[in-house]
Amino acid sequence: MFSESDIAALLLTLKLAGISTMVLILFGTPLAWWLAKSTWRFKFLIEALVALPLVLPPTVLGFYLLVVFSPQSIIGQLFESLVGQPLAFSFTGLVIGSVIYSLPFVIQPLQNAFIAVGRRPVEVAATLRASPFDRFVSVVVPLAKPGFMSASVLGFAHTLGEFGVVLMIGGNIPGETQVASIAIYEHVESMQLTNAHGLSAALLLVSFSLLVLVYAANPKARVLRL
Amino acid sequence: MSLELKFKLAYGDFNLDIEQTLSSTGVTALYGPSGSGKTSVLRAIAGLDKLASGSVKFNQHIWQHGLTFLPTHQRALAYVFQEPSLFEHLSVKANVEYGFKRVPPKQQLITPNYAIEALGLSGLLGRDTQTLSGGEKQRVAIARALCSNPILLLMDEPLSALDNTSKAEILPMLVALRDDFAIPIIYVSHSLNEVSRLADHLVLMNQGLVVASGDIQSMLTQLDLSLAQDADAESLIDAVVESHDEPFELTYLDSPVGRFSVLKRPLAIGEKVRLLIPARDVSITREKQQDTSILNIFPATIEQIESAGTAQVTVRLSANGLPLLARLTKKSSSLMNLAVGDSVYLQAKSVAIL
Repeated sequence: MFSESDIAALLLTLKLAGISTMVLILFGTPLAWWLAKSTWRFKFLIEALVALPLVLPPTVLGFYLLVVFSPQSIIGQLFESLVGQPLAFSFTGLVIGSVIYSLPFVIQPLQNAFIAVGRRPVEVAATLRASPFDRFVSVVVPLAKPGFMSASVLGFAHTLGEFGVVLMIGGNIPGETQVASIAIYEHVESMQLTNAHGLSAALLLVSFSLLVLVYAANPKARVLRL
Repeated sequence: MSLELKFKLAYGDFNLDIEQTLSSTGVTALYGPSGSGKTSVLRAIAGLDKLASGSVKFNQHIWQHGLTFLPTHQRALAYVFQEPSLFEHLSVKANVEYGFKRVPPKQQLITPNYAIEALGLSGLLGRDTQTLSGGEKQRVAIARALCSNPILLLMDEPLSALDNTSKAEILPMLVALRDDFAIPIIYVSHSLNEVSRLADHLVLMNQGLVVASGDIQSMLTQLDLSLAQDADAESLIDAVVESHDEPFELTYLDSPVGRFSVLKRPLAIGEKVRLLIPARDVSITREKQQDTSILNIFPATIEQIESAGTAQVTVRLSANGLPLLARLTKKSSSLMNLAVGDSVYLQAKSVAIL
């Protein structure tokens, strides 16, 4: 049912989603904390920017990334001179695209979780000699655990389903940039429906299981208490 | 040894303007109606709110002055909030130990075991914080604050959200805390009952200003202040347990006013106690009554008489130099022709021991 290239595409998809999620949690946590705490009057601009991938067609995002990644751009040139290979049509390029594409799916649950923790536990920790970083690690993160859980799973699952951005900036290089969603498209184009079924079922199963995990972990939050 | 405060804050209609030096020993109560700015003062002392212009100096430490602003976690203070605010992700024991773990080893004088004992928490250690009652939670919060070995303990109406049973249970623990540790406490409250039992000094606040301040004994008995005008106005006297009268089951207490007789209490001879005498339970006679059932009768001089409502007056007496209040009807005062400077006898019908 799975050809060798199908398995490679699946593994690549999982690798892309895993690395992107790690990068997202790493950089998204401070950003979400800042968004939850900041009283800066133009904060809404950053919030709108973070939410942009929710509404923007992936092809538009992919197109601009392609422009930025191209060897003619400063970033593209800088990357190529540092790493020795172009950013476009590379796995690194895919990770950057995925991180931007899935950003709101990580930032929003984290920001909401931080807001739900509230000011008081942080103040209490401050009066018990905990420094800002200590307070964040020992109080905010444990109390916001369901938020981290949702953010990770949503970020991961959303990256699994990425298609448009990858098609624009990654092309279709087996083993390097060919992810499962692209492989399915390929199979359908060339009438290999059995393979398309296999990969589709695999993605469906993984995505559904992950979402079940998120909703099972946060049962309280969605009950309307009357 | 003092806590020097100076700050101004305008917040909508609310204006806070404080320039006050507080004692850095014993318990100082910030007392006043809600909205008088007590909590704002406490939060500014803690550094939880950064006031644009202000200065906070505690003994030799400059916590805020000019551009200097020491963040809360570096002030080595502890804060007990009105709501217990326990860390829900930690056990009772881990809550108590949270601050202690962050204290430099040389300053770890109050240990979790000690605080657990002092606040009667040994039976609760394994419990989930969410299953505790309000009173239990607040006891954990107090133990947690103590274990951070603070140089200043701030308490913001720690009992006001609790039921009367819990209040009655925790108040003596706070009194014991005051007596056992040399930690200065700033205690915010709008309960006269708590303040008169706990405080050594009192700062009376109203509408963002300090109205008056001084030691608790004189503040309670100043007739121009709201405390003496309260229906529950009372006087405070420090006394020492002198002896027990076994046949009559009484305890005798020695004080500058004279020897008080109260129903026998399990107190050690020589133990220091605080006596509270409600103004409404004090009556006045011209001559020393011989055939009366009242045991506690002392000579005194009338210092001041002020009207208290339509039908009553509050009389400030001086008994061997100590101020005491009596609440009488205007009719009695007029029939007896009481005047400032008169020598009289005061009869205390009830005396509460703390």
